Amino acid sequence: MPGLVARQTRAAIALTAPAYLWLALTIFLPLSAMAYFSFLDVAPIGGRESHFTLSHYIAFFTKEVYWRNAWRSFELGFYVTLLCLIFGYPAAHILAKHIHGRWREALFLLVILPFWSNALVRTFSWTMVLRGELGLLFTYWAIVIGLVHAYLPYAILTCYISLQSIDDSLIEAARSLGASPLQAFLRVTLPLSIPGLLAAVILIFVPVIGSFMEPRILGGKSAIMLGPIIENQFTAVFNWPLGAALSFLMLGIVLVFLLAASPILRRHWQ
Amino acid sequence: MATSLAHWLTRTYLAVILLFLYLPIAVMILMAFNASPLYEFPFEFDLIWFKALLKNEKLMTAGFNSIGIALANTVVATVLGTLGSLGLNRYEFRGRQLLEILLLPPITIPWLIIGTSMLIFFFWTGIGRGLHSILLGHVALSIPYVMIVVGSRLKTHGASLEEAAATLGANPWQAFWRVTLPALSPSIVAAALFAFAVSFDQFVISYFLAPPGTSTLPVEIYTSIRKGFTPEINAISTVIILVSMGLMLLVARQYRFGGER
Repeated sequence: MPGLVARQTRAAIALTAPAYLWLALTIFLPLSAMAYFSFLDVAPIGGRESHFTLSHYIAFFTKEVYWRNAWRSFELGFYVTLLCLIFGYPAAHILAKHIHGRWREALFLLVILPFWSNALVRTFSWTMVLRGELGLLFTYWAIVIGLVHAYLPYAILTCYISLQSIDDSLIEAARSLGASPLQAFLRVTLPLSIPGLLAAVILIFVPVIGSFMEPRILGGKSAIMLGPIIENQFTAVFNWPLGAALSFLMLGIVLVFLLAASPILRRHWQ
Repeated sequence: MATSLAHWLTRTYLAVILLFLYLPIAVMILMAFNASPLYEFPFEFDLIWFKALLKNEKLMTAGFNSIGIALANTVVATVLGTLGSLGLNRYEFRGRQLLEILLLPPITIPWLIIGTSMLIFFFWTGIGRGLHSILLGHVALSIPYVMIVVGSRLKTHGASLEEAAATLGANPWQAFWRVTLPALSPSIVAAALFAFAVSFDQFVISYFLAPPGTSTLPVEIYTSIRKGFTPEINAISTVIILVSMGLMLLVARQYRFGGER
């Protein structure tokens, strides 16, 4: 019945159009505008004449300050993700396998509760702890601590979900066949929880690469990395085309990372 | 013996993790009630910072801006997202998968990139900066979350009830209002709370879209922190954190997630 198909399609378009037009106006057109700006020498605002140039992209690869700071962002993402997994995975394992009933529910809620409150306020709260005798405020480690605090609940949440779905009888079977607790963990539990670990890696690494508020508040002079440099181009230096090019390069780093992860993701989530 | 040691160790580990998560928040709240403006001890209980907060016109205005935008965002994003999610999940059409994939960029691309691209585009096209463009941006971030939350409910709960209603003589409108909507309402409420939280906590996008002199609460707090903080910021932060945690506890009691079903 072609009439029915056409009517179905029309209904679907009518229902989805408002949401997608909104997304087009506020996400996809702006990203395109940013791509365009990144190839201009000056921003075409206020009647200024602008010309095509590749200089911003060339600068990124030839000027040490840019790629060095991009690397610093990458490194920060690596440390924060690693620490979140090291501390978060055991916590998720304890919650999923060692604690039961109402206690588990209450503790789980306590773990994810901070994650629902304002990120800026939580970052600010670390300045109270790290200042003074600790002397850690405005150091690189202050940034790492603040970001681990911000993203640890993500790691616990995703690992908990995949650990909880592992059938306990699988682990018991391994034990009864002679595996030690460590062997049972390494050969059964850990491989089955890889989807949760991967989800955590993506959910943590990507936003940390793009962070600028946490480094600015906690890092002082150590905050110089790609995120804050991009922010500077828009709020202080007003070199929007350079900022646009650096943003696009950051987006490229994120996309390469997601593409590299996608074969493993597909294998585990199908 | 070994099991009680393991028991003790696992509990201690969780306690340490929780201490790490709550220590800074606790210190910040404590300092909001401390009389010393330099966060000094001995602790002396006082409400002066909360009183100062009420008189701080900038922070109060920004707070009302934030609440207004979050409410408007909740209504717009929940309505558009729910409709969009019905369109995606109740009809078969070409390009459906592409539309689902298009929900991912607003969630996965770092806010810094989205915020700066909005600044460029809105400034360039004359939409400009201001509370209206902040609202435009917040709705864009909230729509995908609403569509995912409502969509997951639509996927598990098939179209059979609506078909039954249609067989029994209901027209599409009646089927929607009397069958689909009541079945969806828990997920719509959850999505609306999500949308409110996304907007109320959003800092990065608002920061780039706020013109000088107008701001939302997180932007105003950030500016004050950068200028050198005052205990008034602790007071407003305490209010924000207690309210948002309280709201979350209410939601959690309602939906009991995380526990054993």
